[in-house]
Amino acid sequence: MRRAPVSGSMDRVSVAPTEIERPESAEETFVVPEPDVPWVTLVHNDPVNLMSYVTYVFQAYFGYSKDKARKLMLDVHHKGRAVVSSGSREEMERDVQAMHGYGLWATLSQDRT
Amino acid sequence: MPGHFEPIPGGGAALALDEVEISILRSLAVQLLELIGPGDEPVEGEDPLAALFAQGPSEPPSDPALARLFPDAYATPGAKDPDDELREASAEFRRFTENDLRAHKRDDAVAVVRALDSLAAGAGGAVLKLTADDCVHWLRALNDLRLTIGTRLEVSDEDEGGALYRLPDSDPRKPMVMAYLWLGMLQETLVETLLP
Repeated sequence: MRRAPVSGSMDRVSVAPTEIERPESAEETFVVPEPDVPWVTLVHNDPVNLMSYVTYVFQAYFGYSKDKARKLMLDVHHKGRAVVSSGSREEMERDVQAMHGYGLWATLSQDRT
Repeated sequence: MPGHFEPIPGGGAALALDEVEISILRSLAVQLLELIGPGDEPVEGEDPLAALFAQGPSEPPSDPALARLFPDAYATPGAKDPDDELREASAEFRRFTENDLRAHKRDDAVAVVRALDSLAAGAGGAVLKLTADDCVHWLRALNDLRLTIGTRLEVSDEDEGGALYRLPDSDPRKPMVMAYLWLGMLQETLVETLLP
C-alpha cells in the first residue's frame, strides 16, 4: 500500500482541520487504509536501553499493567522484537514517534500475519 | 561512591551530586544539545509561522549516534535493507516528524542543564530535586546520552560483562565507559523512583 505523494506540508500540521492530500494526477487516487488490515508498532532489542526503562515506557505511554509491560519488554529482549500496539497507520505513526522520543528503537509495519 | 536517585515523598526524585559530577553531567548534556543540533527557529524577519510548515530531512543522519536517536520508522523485520517503498515511507515520515522529535529531545536535554544550573553552587556539591515532570525529561535525556555514548563505544549485547567494562586505566575509552556506567546507574535509580 502506498499513499498518494504529498504535494504540500500542510497535511500533518495539527492546526489543519483535516488531512489534505492532493493527488497530482487522476491516476494517483487517494488510498484509504483498509480498516481490517491493521498496522503494528514493533519495538526492537537494543544493547543500550535498560530493561527497567523499557518496562517503564510501556507502562507510562501505553498505560499497560506492570505485568504486561514487563512481558513485552522480555519479548523484546529475548526474541529481538515485540508488537507493542496495533491500529490504524496514523495511530501507529504516533506510537512510533513517541517511542523514538523515549529513545526506543521502534518501527511500524502492516500486520500480515 | 556516587549518589543515586531517591524518591521524594509526594512525587519527584532527589540526587546528591558533588561539584565534579554536576560539571560532568552538565557538559554531557550540552554536548548532546550540540549533537542534536539547533531547532528550526525562524530566521529573523521571517514569518514565525513558516517554521510550523518547515519540512524535516528525508535521509537518515549519517552520524551513527544521530541515526540511533532518529531511526527510520518503516522497516521489514529481519530484512537487511528496506525496499524502495519502505524507504520512501520512512523518508516521508522523517520529513514530517523529525523536526518535532529534535525539538523534544532538545527540551529534554535543556531541562537537565536548567536543573543543574539552578543548583546553588556550594562547596562539596548540592542536592538536586526534580519534580515529577522533570523526572521524565531527565529519564529521556539520560537515555539519549547513553544511546549516544553507547553508539560511540560500539556497545553490543555480546559485550555484557565483557571486555569493555574491564578496560585498563590506560585505555582512551575508559573515561567514556565510566560515564556510560554512571549514567546507567542514574537512569536505573531514577526509573525505580517512578515505578510503584
